[in-house]
Amino acid sequence: MTTRMLGAPITRREDPRLLAGQGRYVDDIGAGALEVAFVRSPHAHARIVDIDVTDALDVQGLVAIYTHEDLPGRVGEPLPLLIPHPALTHGRTPCALAKDEVNHVGEPIVMVVATSRYLAEDACDRIRVSFDFDPPVVGIENARDGAQLVHDDVPGNVAAHLVQEVGDAAAAIDAAPNVVELDLDIERSASMPMEGKGVWARWDSDDRSLRVYTSTQASTSVRAAVAAKLGLEADRVEVVAPDVGGGFGVKIVHPWPEEILIPWAALTLGQPVKWTEDRREHFVSSAHERGQLHKVRAGFDDDGRLLGLDVTFWHDNGAYTPYGIIVPIITSTQLLGPYKPGAYRVEFFSLYTNTVPVTPYRGAGRPQGCFTMERTMDAIAQHLGLDRTVVRERNFIQPAEMPFDHGLTFQDGRPLIYDSGDYPASLEKLKKLVGWDEFEQYRTAARAEGRRVGIGLACYVEGTGVGPYEGGFVKVETDGGVVVATGLTTQGQGHQTAFAQVVADELGVPIDKVTVTTGDTRRFKYAVGTFASRAAVMSGNAIAVAARQVREKALRVAGEALEADPRDLEIVDGVVQVKGAPGSSVPLATVAVLSNPLRYAFDEETQRATQFASPADPDRPPVAEGDSPGLEGTGYYSPPRSTFANGMHAVIVETDPDTAEITVLRYCVVHDCGTLINPRIVEGQIHGGVAQGVGGALYERMVYDDAGQLLNASFMDFLMPYSTEVPAVETDHLETPSPLNPLGIKGAGEAGVIPGSAALASAIEDAEGFRITRMPISPSELHHLRVQHELASSAEKGLEA
Amino acid sequence: MKPSPFTYHRPGTTEAAVGLLTELGTDAKVLAGGQSLVPLLNMRLAAPPHLVDINQLQELNYVRATGTSPDGAGPAVVVGAAARHADVERDPAAHQALPLLRRALRHVAHPTIRNRGTTVGSIVHADPAGEMTAVLALLDGSVELRSANGSRRVGAADFFVGPLESAAEPGELAVSATFPVPPGQTGTAWLEVARRHGDYAVCGVGALVTVDADHRVVGARAAYISVDTTPVVLDLLDAVGTGPADTADWSAAGRLAASTLRPDADIHATAEYRRHLAAVLTGRALTAAALDARGRGVNHHTGETEETA
Repeated sequence: MTTRMLGAPITRREDPRLLAGQGRYVDDIGAGALEVAFVRSPHAHARIVDIDVTDALDVQGLVAIYTHEDLPGRVGEPLPLLIPHPALTHGRTPCALAKDEVNHVGEPIVMVVATSRYLAEDACDRIRVSFDFDPPVVGIENARDGAQLVHDDVPGNVAAHLVQEVGDAAAAIDAAPNVVELDLDIERSASMPMEGKGVWARWDSDDRSLRVYTSTQASTSVRAAVAAKLGLEADRVEVVAPDVGGGFGVKIVHPWPEEILIPWAALTLGQPVKWTEDRREHFVSSAHERGQLHKVRAGFDDDGRLLGLDVTFWHDNGAYTPYGIIVPIITSTQLLGPYKPGAYRVEFFSLYTNTVPVTPYRGAGRPQGCFTMERTMDAIAQHLGLDRTVVRERNFIQPAEMPFDHGLTFQDGRPLIYDSGDYPASLEKLKKLVGWDEFEQYRTAARAEGRRVGIGLACYVEGTGVGPYEGGFVKVETDGGVVVATGLTTQGQGHQTAFAQVVADELGVPIDKVTVTTGDTRRFKYAVGTFASRAAVMSGNAIAVAARQVREKALRVAGEALEADPRDLEIVDGVVQVKGAPGSSVPLATVAVLSNPLRYAFDEETQRATQFASPADPDRPPVAEGDSPGLEGTGYYSPPRSTFANGMHAVIVETDPDTAEITVLRYCVVHDCGTLINPRIVEGQIHGGVAQGVGGALYERMVYDDAGQLLNASFMDFLMPYSTEVPAVETDHLETPSPLNPLGIKGAGEAGVIPGSAALASAIEDAEGFRITRMPISPSELHHLRVQHELASSAEKGLEA
Repeated sequence: MKPSPFTYHRPGTTEAAVGLLTELGTDAKVLAGGQSLVPLLNMRLAAPPHLVDINQLQELNYVRATGTSPDGAGPAVVVGAAARHADVERDPAAHQALPLLRRALRHVAHPTIRNRGTTVGSIVHADPAGEMTAVLALLDGSVELRSANGSRRVGAADFFVGPLESAAEPGELAVSATFPVPPGQTGTAWLEVARRHGDYAVCGVGALVTVDADHRVVGARAAYISVDTTPVVLDLLDAVGTGPADTADWSAAGRLAASTLRPDADIHATAEYRRHLAAVLTGRALTAAALDARGRGVNHHTGETEETA
């Protein structure tokens, strides 16, 4: 029997190539292309008065300079608003090059094409743009205040306002015996993939086709957008995501201005054109996320059970809303986590500021939601003097209550119904893993050494695998190789491995026979994209559907060749054989030949195949009606709604009593993403997510000054954690298969990042003994909180005296 | 992030390099390890028309622990302008003579950067967050500058003029830095708090404690990075007093340092937190240096004392 691949922790098949520097990213492609650099706005809010390019004209190697007025028709119109929503009453998107005004530092104003990037930058340096300044709106408080406007026609800077309510939350809270109120604050961070954006385009005037390589999470959608903007038939446009050096959300947005401008320039100039985003550009011209203020009122009984929860929050969406209001919608629904909130009311305002636009970054509103809910749970525990795990247990949705309908609408427009999960079992595993019940002994021992330690935890539920669909193509070649394609992209998820594992099992072939292609519109035309922890769920299942079709056909064709009932056949190690009689067999390679009644034999396999050929019936067509040549299948998977993964993190920190440095001593994760395709890949996803969670909690922030200048737009001052700052992650899995899809899987891509700020705040609060309400937190900030707290408590003592 | 056009020179001798620098004056920048200069060029924050690359100058590629320093004083470690941080960090004789060098260098960025960056280059760059500027200042070291007119030696106290500004004039090449070995029974320590491992320090302190035969304190100094526009050296003996090292009140020195230093705030830390850190780290570093003076060290991660080399 072939070794079962689904669930096997095999090493990633793509890694040797990527680790040996043999990856091919956009910047590795198309040497000799013309290169682009942009003049970007140095101001946060201004009207463009004049653009003077005179001095740039004598730069050697200059090919073209374009401003908005050079952009024809739809190329110059505002970029699409991808996900409209009735509550998004004032959605705004920019033009590919700024028209008349700029609304954030980094907005592209002029595109320069030259024979090299060096020369293009030389020309950019010589272009003078003069501005009339408008007062910039920076920070949620200023945006909410509404005294200055980002867009003149958006009153109060409110892009969207949405309320969802189940039950009467205000009444429930008023009637509750206990109430806590919290103001909670999460700052901005960003996806920060190692590879920034990048686009290469070439117009083939003979074929009248356009090929685009772009570092994207959604190549099929880029194709549709480029075709629409440039007025080309979609069939004349090929978009390929080559190796992509990380996405984390920022590359779902499409089209980015450059994804329109570079192909347009290639078409206009008749030469290949390329642009590679540099790090400074990425900081100010891609997207950020996370910045939100939250106000919480929670009413609960004396056992700590929630009776009513009322959350209002303000979301900073930056200068534009290209991706709609997905992030705040996710916060508003997913903050509920594994809990029954009692009556629930949530209201949010999505506000414009003169800063880089906000679009989903791994976690996509969930880290804020988790922070909000878990801080509330800790506050309830503190209020009642209960153990923090006990309060959580008492509020859990129980396994017997699944599926659990929250009565809300999720980001995909579908009802928020949890399909499965065993939260009490997950928490039990976590407590054991971290040694929750033994921690007080450890704390006492540490205290005796003058050390200050704390433990914290956070739980989350993540809606994954959002629709509408993905597809998969599986084909057995005549050499026995299996070619698999799916339209969604890969930016580090290990699809070459995980999808091959699915096919190896479904088809009964050795995994090394399977090759997977992703994100290439030439190989698969219909797709949504890789985001929302959806690739394994969506394409994994679609590929399984396709593989099952291929298996069915293989058995049918082999049955004819072997004169056996297909129901008596099995496929083992790439050979179709009669169950119990392995002597009677035919290789899949041969079945592939038989499936394609060609006249010609190109190779030995084809010649050998002829002995199995059925006697030709002169009255039957070689390809029967309803059949098709080739041993291949195309399948789609479209779920009724999302499937909900969950997890819980516990963390032990040490805070230096003098320097206020924060050290993570242990980081424990219990994770349930249903059936695991590859536990090693899932663990890798968790490790990467935890690294970003630690980054968001302790290091990363976008520091804007009042003028809207981003003060830390480099890796020197934007502090992503190094490997030296990321703790070793201890993991344990629970597998509660999803009933919604054939493979029983749930998404795992974003999970690891979600509870980072919540768990670390809980642990720091436990170590310090005062409430933590703002993340990230730096040693400097912790020091000042200590000083404030000492002042407050000595003032209290003074009053008592 | 591509540099403006520049002309690249790679002289084969120090003499040729000095000649080029004299000829080009303010139009030239010296390229050594490039770990600070190249990012500045790529971000177009600096756009010198000429770069003079000194990486070919083998005669400047040395680390020497000598019995007599070039200025005729006592023993010293002399570092040539082409020597990498990593060369200094790993040089056994330099470590034997002056353990502070390795202790401080371990905080200079990361190994890959230390493999390229030069110690003399970082001193001439005069970043007030640069560890080696403060080490030079703490040890009363000096820099030898060579020009067409000959050589001159500038002491650390005069060398650091301002942020990213040293006493090296256009036309001058810093050919070496001299780190004198402190006399007497002296111990040293280097401590800093950085946001991430290898980052610029929020506050960094180098300490030097000298004891007499009875282990009474006869010298206590500390040097600070990231608290002013240049490295700052404070003599803290008055605060500590000349009592036995084992019972000295090192935290008094910390309080003095905190009240003397005038750090600025930046996006990573407030001025007040920096002052607080200066106090804490001064106490810790002097304690460690005093133990070091007795041949005992303290590991600040484990809190355990250990033998030092």
